[in-house]
Amino acid sequence: MKAKIIITPKKAVLDPQGKTVQNALEHMGYQGVQAVHVGKYLEIELAGSDAESARKRLDEACHKFLSNPVIEDYRLEVE
Amino acid sequence: MNFVVLQFPASNCDQDAVHAIRVLGHSARLVWHKEKSLGDAQAVLIPGGFSYGDYLRCGAIARFSPVMQAVKEFADNGGLVLGICNGFQVLTEAGLLPGALIRNRSLQFRCEHIFLKTLTTDSPFTNAVPSGKLLRIPVAHGEGCYFADSETIATLKANQQILWQYVNQQGQPDPMASPNGAVDNIAGICNSRRNVAGLMPHPERACETALGCDDGRLVFESMFRFLEKAAVVRAA
Repeated sequence: MKAKIIITPKKAVLDPQGKTVQNALEHMGYQGVQAVHVGKYLEIELAGSDAESARKRLDEACHKFLSNPVIEDYRLEVE
Repeated sequence: MNFVVLQFPASNCDQDAVHAIRVLGHSARLVWHKEKSLGDAQAVLIPGGFSYGDYLRCGAIARFSPVMQAVKEFADNGGLVLGICNGFQVLTEAGLLPGALIRNRSLQFRCEHIFLKTLTTDSPFTNAVPSGKLLRIPVAHGEGCYFADSETIATLKANQQILWQYVNQQGQPDPMASPNGAVDNIAGICNSRRNVAGLMPHPERACETALGCDDGRLVFESMFRFLEKAAVVRAA
């Protein structure tokens, strides 16, 4: 099994990286970029086939360790 | 007084912290991150650096090291804990201090001297700071922008938990005086019990006039004074 985790800064948190990338895109002539959010992507390879229990454990790991709930949101997929 | 300075892989201000405490006439020793006990300690310093390469998030991995469990127990029992720079990041990740430290608004790594205003002397970390005295202390960080939601900031203010603020030379909290864009120019805070504090600037790098300024010693002298008073109370 493989888990995919996408971590992004919360909307209320300053994201100077996103803002800088947005500015660069605009300078390059890419029109219509309304916002850019720079986050992290993790791929986790898992033994076993019980997707539901893996999701439960990884959800806990995301909350406790892989993301910081003060400043980040996450999305978790297990496939 | 016996100070303990934690040492993680890629801590790089650990020796400076030990040196500063010894220069100020007290004893300090290093404790490796795999240790489960702090031994005989009156205070713990979590030093600056890039613990575990700053991988994932600054301080995120260090907080799960065995020694941090001992630090948590030490803090729960009222022991003094001060996190400097990366140490501040470790304390917020560990939930011992509220909020988080994120990338500097400028995206620059800032390495310079700044001015700090001490907002309250009612703490073990600030009681020796003379009224109105601005501290000139170096900073060196890329991710020191303090962030917390507005509710948390309001609580910090109401409880006088904001210990230091970046100010200009006139003592005003001008946003331009902040090296990182922190909310309300916050440079350092303490917990509600006032025994755990963190700050981004490096007082341990400013304890001798040979280094350009010695304002940083006021932070450690506050801790010595608090601990000496506590010892007198215990003996009485």
